[in-house]
Formats: sequence, C-alpha cells, structure tokens
Amino acid sequence: MQADNRFVNNKIHKAFENNNGKAFIAFLTAGDPDADSTVKFVLEMEKAGADLIEIGIPFSDPTAEGVVIQDANIRALKGGMTTDGAFEIVRRIREVSQIPLCFMTYCNPVFHYGYDRFFAKCEELGVDGIIIPDLPYEEKAEMDEPANAHGVAVISMIAPTSEARIQTTAKEAKGFIYVVSSMGVTGVRSEIKTDVAAIVQSIREVTDVPCAVGFGISTPEQAKKMASISDGSIVGSAIVKIIAAKGKDAAPDLAAYVRSMKAAVEEA
Amino acid sequence: MSKGRYGIHGGQYISETLMNELIRLEEAYEHYKKDPEFNAELQKLFNEYAGRPSLLYYADKMTKDLGGAKIYLKREDLNHTGSHKINNVLGQALLAKKMGKTRLIAETGAGQHGVATATAAALLGMECEIFMGKEDTDRQALNVYRMELLGAKVHPVTSGTMTLKDAVNETMREWTNRVNDTHYCLGSVMGPHPFPMIVRDFQSVISKEMKEQILKAEGKLPAAVIACVGGGSNAMGAFYNFIEDKDVKLIGCEAAGKGVDTALTAATIATGSLGIFHGMKSYFCQDEYGQIAPVYSISAGLDYPGIGPEHAYLHDIGRAQYVPVTDDEAVDAFEYLARTEGIICAIESAHAVAHALKIAKDFGKDESIIINISGRGDKDVAAIARYRGVDIHD
Repeated sequence: MQADNRFVNNKIHKAFENNNGKAFIAFLTAGDPDADSTVKFVLEMEKAGADLIEIGIPFSDPTAEGVVIQDANIRALKGGMTTDGAFEIVRRIREVSQIPLCFMTYCNPVFHYGYDRFFAKCEELGVDGIIIPDLPYEEKAEMDEPANAHGVAVISMIAPTSEARIQTTAKEAKGFIYVVSSMGVTGVRSEIKTDVAAIVQSIREVTDVPCAVGFGISTPEQAKKMASISDGSIVGSAIVKIIAAKGKDAAPDLAAYVRSMKAAVEEA
Repeated sequence: MSKGRYGIHGGQYISETLMNELIRLEEAYEHYKKDPEFNAELQKLFNEYAGRPSLLYYADKMTKDLGGAKIYLKREDLNHTGSHKINNVLGQALLAKKMGKTRLIAETGAGQHGVATATAAALLGMECEIFMGKEDTDRQALNVYRMELLGAKVHPVTSGTMTLKDAVNETMREWTNRVNDTHYCLGSVMGPHPFPMIVRDFQSVISKEMKEQILKAEGKLPAAVIACVGGGSNAMGAFYNFIEDKDVKLIGCEAAGKGVDTALTAATIATGSLGIFHGMKSYFCQDEYGQIAPVYSISAGLDYPGIGPEHAYLHDIGRAQYVPVTDDEAVDAFEYLARTEGIICAIESAHAVAHALKIAKDFGKDESIIINISGRGDKDVAAIARYRGVDIHD
C-alpha cells in the first residue's frame, strides 16, 4: 500500500506498528448518544490505548448487526445523526488527534451521498478506510475506484464460510483485512468456534496486509487469543453496551475497558 | 459488472458470510432447471398440489359495466394457499431439498408467503421458521395461526418499523447465523442474485399460462397485462413471457397508500430513488441521506420500500409502466370486484383491479386486458371492515 502514492497519507498501517505490532480496534456509533459524546469517547479511547477507531455511520437497516448495535443505530438516528454529522465528528477529532480512523456503514448511505463526494470528504478530513458489510468482493469495484482515488482503503472482509474466496479477496486487500470470527451478526459471544488461525494462515500465503479479527470479542482473554493468531482484535458491541448503559457519562468506563483490552492485546 | 444485473440494477450486495451460499444456490439452480426429473416433479406439484393451471376467467359483467376492453382475470387466488406465492415456494423448496437443506426460513408481510413456505415445508418434511413484522402479526393474526398449524415457528420482528422490510432484515440475519442446513426461501423478485432470477422463473408460469389461455380464448395477445407490485413477484410472473411482445402493455400498480404526495406511501417508482439495499441496486423509498423510509399501505403485502431490480430495469427502458394506486381506490375496487363478479380478491390484487377500472374504457371492445388476481381476500375482510368503520369481531 505504501507503494501506491495515492495512499501516502493513509494512517491505517500505523495501528499495527506499536509495540508487538498488534492492534486494538474499537468501534462506536456516531451520535450515540450525541455528537459531542462521540468526539469525547474517541479521544478517551485513544488515550486508553486504542490503535484504530471505527466510527459507525448509522443506517436505518443494519442487517449485519446484532441487537446491541442495531439499537445504537436507532438511538443515533433519532438524535438526528447524519452522514454530514459523522463527517463533522471526524473534523473535530482531527483538530486534536491523528489516530487512524475508519468509517463503518452500509452501501446505501455512501452510494446516496455520491461516491466521489463521500471519499473526497474522507480524504479532506482524514478518514483512512471504510468497512461496508454489504459490499462483497464481487461488488467492490464501484467503490474501490473512487475510494482509492482519494487514498481511502475499502476494507475487505473474510468470513468463516469464505473458503476459496479467502485468497481471492486477500490478494486485493488494502489497509487491513477484517476477519469475521463467527457466523451470524455482530454481538458478544461466549465462545469463538471458527478456526481463525487457519483463515489467517491462508491469508498470509498471499498478502502481508494485517489481519484483525472481529465479531463476538468482548473479554480480554478473547482479545488476547484472537490477537495472538492475527494482528489485532476488533471490539464493537461490548463498547456500545457500555455507552448504552452509561450514556454521556460513559468515558471513564470506556477508558477502563479499553485499557484492559489493550493490555490483553499487548500480551498476545 | 457483477452477476445478476438488469441494466444498472441488481447485483449481490450482501455480507461475505453468505456469498458462497449464493454461489452454490446459483449453481444448483442452473443444474436443476435443466434437469427433466426436477421439472417433472415441480410440474406435478404445480398441477396436482397447487391446482395449476389457474383459470383465466372472462369477467363478462365487469366488461359490460366498464364499456371498453374485454376483462380477463388470471385467478392466482384459486391456487392452494390462496395466492401466487405457492409457485415460487414449491420451486425453491424442491430446489433446497435437492441441495440437501433440511430447514426453510422466510420473511412474510401479509402472511401469504409465510403460509406458502410453511405449507411447502410441511409437504416436503422440512423445518420452517417465519419472520414477520410485529405490526403484521397483529394485523394478520389468522395467518400467524395458519403457519403454526402447518408446523412453522413464527418470530414476530420488533426491530425497525416492524413490517416487511424488517422481516427481511431479520431473515437475512438468521441466514448468516445458520446457512449450512438452511435455505432462505425469499418471497419476491428481490434480494441478491440469484433470487430475482429464480423467483421470476418460478413465477413466470403465470404468463406462460396466460398466453396460452388468452390465445385460445381470443386468438390474439392481450392489449395489456395489469398486476400489483410490492417487491414485484406476481407482476414479474405475469409480465415475463410478454416482454418480447412489444404491443402488450405491461402495467404495474404500486401502493400509493394515502397518496404519493404524502409521507404515507409505498410507491417506490413514483417517489423513490436509486439505492442499494437488501442485496440489490434498485429504486427505494429513502431520505436525503439514504436512510430507508418507513412506508405505508393498507396492504401489508405491498408495504415494502423497494422494488425488484428487473422491474426497475423495465421502468428505465420504458417497457413496463408503473402507476400509483391509493388505499381508497384499492378498497373501492376490492368491493367492486366482490359485488360485480363475486370474487373477494386480496387487497394487494385490488390495486391492479383499481387501475383496470380507470383504463378499461380507453381500449376497443375487440381488445382484451388481463388483470392478475394474485391472491384471495379472506385475510383482508376484517381490515376492510375497519377501514369502512364497521365493527366486526375477528
């Protein structure tokens, strides 16, 4: 990726260059419970050790999400959060922080905003990547082109069912590879049964783009285990649960949680 | 461009977890659609179980009353389970069984597709779980009980607007959860490829029969074919074999709800815009940020914020015309058909009847119009009574 000069300002690789090279990636939904809180939470989580933050642009019908993040989407939309609102959050974060940032959303909000307009704004404000759960390899081209033109990485996802698609997808991956740990939707799981190590090994045969594992990770033990067989752990629902419980006052709890997860990832 | 495109529409905008399953489904379908044994088995189910071919009925009283084209009704309401939904369901359930699946899951709006899926599951000895918006389980309590009688488990969906689109969301979520033994029996010509193609092919039996029947009755093709459109499966089935016959007007009737100039509408072509949702690129009712709009129609089966990608394409190229029909017009047509021809049709189908009432006189007496009566209206009687302010205990 560094060879591609369109990505000269892209910061995703920095998330995987700390200490042991393992990243702790935190997700939250923009505007849950409000924009000020999202800015504050992102900066708190950075201070507590998060290496990359995924900011969810809320969507009315988040089909890849479990109940916890679905509810966060609804809260954010009810509070008036929009795509422009999410960009404004990024602008405020970028005034004080250079932490690697990715958006996570669905095809339609990006398509509707206009691909070129959306990714130009990402470049201008410093959004490094985008994760779109309803954009598989087959459909990636239409977003890849405008995103790459603006130095934004469209993150590839690989699932437990990907089989022969693992390497096809991995070969073209940019930024990092999002390895989906489990079947189903996002949400806390007591156990991860997929052979994630085998998937990562298969990816390694064709690319050295870092692999981070998400879906179902909530405990330090899980984060450590997943980071030990990959390049990082991604946590969404467990963080959103804290925000749901504590609302605007979630910052101290978020910081404590991220510190414990980051410490676990560092031990991996 | 990826697979399953209709002009710019269609595609496979779906989670990676489901991609291999969609590829397997397409391969299985391409194999079995050429398999004489599969086709013989399906035809037998159509003829001996579902009651096909469905009648093409010449509506003499309506014709005389309207004073224009001869009106024919394609009686999909007479199929087993009471609607066209059984055509697609028998095809998909048989295909799923051949693929080694033991469990069917499906979304339903009015409950017709859920009942049809539960029926096929019972017949073929498969497990069945149906996802239905909480709003719809309340509106269509009788259909919920029918599905349970047939051995299905019905999950009321409480997310989002608690209607058809949320039922689709929840069924997709369940499919990503458990895909190995489970087939998602999608109910309309929508979703990711290969569903729009598979559902259209299984439903195209409607226009295949229509064509044979009208040629026998009239010696020539109809001037127009009219069908209601939500996702668009009965309309696609009714249009498909006439697409090459350029003189046959194809007219899809969308649910305008309280009117296309109000927020209480589900008329996608009239009020929607291009988007990507539920696995496909097509037209959707949405706001200025691409959030899917809550839609409204008196008809739970048309209460969907999108339209199948092939319809979007037929609209783009001008081959089919899509017109909005309001609740009021549909209810009037529902009552008109009951009184005039003694047929209580589904409130969905009444949208097509309503448009026929408007345009029949624009055609000559030597021309014919076919209205696709996609389902029967027993399920709607209580709602129509309420609409008219009649208090009945259902």
